Amino acid sequence: MKDVKVLGSGCKRCQDTAAMVQAEAAKLGVAIAFEKVFDMAAIAGYGVAATPAIVIDGKVVHAGGLPKSEDVAQWLKEN
Amino acid sequence: MTGMRKIAGTGVALTAGAALYVFLQPAAVGLTAMLPLRGHLRDAAAFFLFEAPKVLLLLAVIVFAMGMVRSYFSAERTRALLSGRREGVGNVLAACLGIVTPFCSCSAVPLFVGFLTAGVPLGVTFSFLITAPMVNEIALGLLLALFGWKVAAIYLIFGLGIGIAAGWVIGRLHLEGWLENWVRNLRAAPAVSSEKSISFADRIDAGIQAVSDIVGKTWPYVLAGIAVGAFIHGYVPEGLMAAVMGKSAWWSVPAAVALGIPMYSSAAATIPIAEALLAKGAAMGTVLAFMMSVTALSLPEFVILRKVLSLKLIAVFAATVGFGILLTGYVFNLMF
Repeated sequence: MKDVKVLGSGCKRCQDTAAMVQAEAAKLGVAIAFEKVFDMAAIAGYGVAATPAIVIDGKVVHAGGLPKSEDVAQWLKEN
Repeated sequence: MTGMRKIAGTGVALTAGAALYVFLQPAAVGLTAMLPLRGHLRDAAAFFLFEAPKVLLLLAVIVFAMGMVRSYFSAERTRALLSGRREGVGNVLAACLGIVTPFCSCSAVPLFVGFLTAGVPLGVTFSFLITAPMVNEIALGLLLALFGWKVAAIYLIFGLGIGIAAGWVIGRLHLEGWLENWVRNLRAAPAVSSEKSISFADRIDAGIQAVSDIVGKTWPYVLAGIAVGAFIHGYVPEGLMAAVMGKSAWWSVPAAVALGIPMYSSAAATIPIAEALLAKGAAMGTVLAFMMSVTALSLPEFVILRKVLSLKLIAVFAATVGFGILLTGYVFNLMF
């Protein structure tokens, strides 16, 4: 089980990213514990300066802008 | 598609765009001549038929180029460049990076907090935060294409100047105590970067992505802006704009700034309106002050920043930027 978090302010791009991560995980059959993080203090704690950001098992793999779906699949497979 | 083919394809598309641009004027004249219109309506239609394809084409090319340039910068990289910088040099660097770093207002809070926790001084952070929306790189490109390099250069210099000076003033005032409590109590977080190597073909993709993102979203507003411009061009009498927005009307600059605060529009939509206003005798400084106010002083952004800044600090921020824009308007009106 992978622990996947999407950090964001709730903006359109953040929602799209969250939906993309869940869809890719389902497609690959990777089991994830998914969580959206809105709390700015918590987001700052990860050290990112741009949202949406993706954290997999405590490691920041992406920050700022909508990721590519191929990259999301890659991160879910690798980590 | 391979990298080489992508680069070649981009070259072909840009050449085709340039060729199309040359034919816009005769095509618009020919089209207008065929329409059974006369008088004011004809003037307005002529303006719209020429401006709409011209501005959209320019916009697409500029957004593409900026999308590629921005792929060289990221919020994380900018933060790493700014962390631990002293005031002065830091303010100048922050303002310059504010122009090219990709930034959307929904990211303003994480960016602000992320900068502060990484050791970027408050005043330097503000220099970035002020310049990022005010010196809009798309507006800069359009000003260069439509009004010439002098106007574009002055817009750039004054925009940077305001960002640097306002950030420096806020830094000197030592207003850290006016941040919201939770921000002050944050511990420094280790800065992370999610850098990966990007090929030139990926940067072309970033440019195309920017075009579909920005042009795809803003074109109705741009067309609406051109329609307003066409109306002004066809129907508003010469003398009226000179009287209301001309150099002799001293109060027009503050009025333009005040009018811009509640408005939040894309810079691309305001430029066709500016073009028509100028042709009718409005003063350049007044029009620019309005444009800067629309993009830099926006009510929605203040609401977002309220999460991290106290009302007092927002007031200082707005007052410093507003004063800078007023100054730009007056100086511009004196020079041109």
